[in-house]
Amino acid sequence: MMDSPEQIKTRIESAVPGAKIDIVLNGSPSQQSSLLIDKEHARQIAQFLRDDAALRLDFCSNVTGMDWLDRVVTKKVIVKKIVEGEEKEAEETQQEKIPGYLEAVYHLYSIEHKHGPIIIRMRTNDRSAEAPLPSLTPIWRSAEFQEREIFDLYGIRFDGHPDLRRILMWDEFKDYPMRKDYRDPDDYEYEPTPHDDVLERAKQHYAPRPQLDGAENITAQP
Amino acid sequence: MSDIDEELRSELQRQGIWVTSMQELYNWGRKNSIWPLQFGLACCAIEMIATAASRYDIARFGGEIFRPSPRQADLMIVAGTVTKKMAPQIVRLYNQMPDPKYVISMGACAISGGPFKQGYNVLKGIDRYIPVDVYIPGCPPRPEALLHAFMELQRKIDEQKLTGAGKAAHLDRTHPSEFPVPAFGAHDLEPAANADVFRPMKIERT
Repeated sequence: MMDSPEQIKTRIESAVPGAKIDIVLNGSPSQQSSLLIDKEHARQIAQFLRDDAALRLDFCSNVTGMDWLDRVVTKKVIVKKIVEGEEKEAEETQQEKIPGYLEAVYHLYSIEHKHGPIIIRMRTNDRSAEAPLPSLTPIWRSAEFQEREIFDLYGIRFDGHPDLRRILMWDEFKDYPMRKDYRDPDDYEYEPTPHDDVLERAKQHYAPRPQLDGAENITAQP
Repeated sequence: MSDIDEELRSELQRQGIWVTSMQELYNWGRKNSIWPLQFGLACCAIEMIATAASRYDIARFGGEIFRPSPRQADLMIVAGTVTKKMAPQIVRLYNQMPDPKYVISMGACAISGGPFKQGYNVLKGIDRYIPVDVYIPGCPPRPEALLHAFMELQRKIDEQKLTGAGKAAHLDRTHPSEFPVPAFGAHDLEPAANADVFRPMKIERT
């Protein structure tokens, strides 16, 4: 039986001094909670997870990118207030702004002990182009192509990666197509069965028909 | 083509005299020996391979010699999804084929991008860059559909004229045989379509 994420967290903290680890809970039936590790100690933590005799997470099966936009979380907080000289508890809604970030998620297994997965995550500071994260390819070689893919499609720069180039798109390409705010090039000039978003974009290519549509329905021509 | 009376021709044939024209002979020879270019892009290629194998046997139509070089091929079967990264290579292969050359656009992806039409990485139809002779719908089309397209192409070749105003493209010096290869741009292929080739149908809005 493998250690729980909480136990692994304590063990990492004693093995890697200064490491900051948060547990990201997963409320679904799978209960696969993951460890959010800090960028500065990521390489050491990964080294520990791979080499520790009890864990021996020697196989990184999967690396995924994720894009989190800026979001606002509404919370209900109980605040103590003094009303008419008496102290009362009142509920107040507060809005918290969480700035966006990019995330890399690693799924780790142990071939030796036949256990897993342990999921670790790293987050960038912001959503800027080429936001840095440390590469874990020196620890798990299997992460090489997948980190390149994340670099290509999400624009996370993995420092310490041996060969960080675009892998799917061409080298001259500038965008990061898997980011949520990516807008694909406008080649909607011929859409025989447009609907929803496609219809909205195809409309930009339609010739104006003032007699049929009325003058107010004419969209601006590009 | 017939400057000869059809009845007279069959009468002569019965007497052991076969009358034909240069055009008929030339087209008959060409249409029964179409060498396809040996390349596939996605799952449609598997159907193309099945068509070439013994069960469906494209050899019955004279198309069995798949050439691994564009310089020896007459027909390009665009079998599968054309990604934007692949498109310049397809156009380059087409340019390297000698005239006369034909293109079959096989399957939904090669026609329009198919199920990946709204993807950032998929070309919305190979006819944006090179002229297509026969389109086969399907996802993927069955081998019978490819054979049907092949027969359509044979019919098309059979109708080509050697002289006159509507003569075949490869005999017409004004007709281009090569098309510009698109470049990899910062956001998309440049240009996104070749205006000389890409003529989408006009959409009737109701």
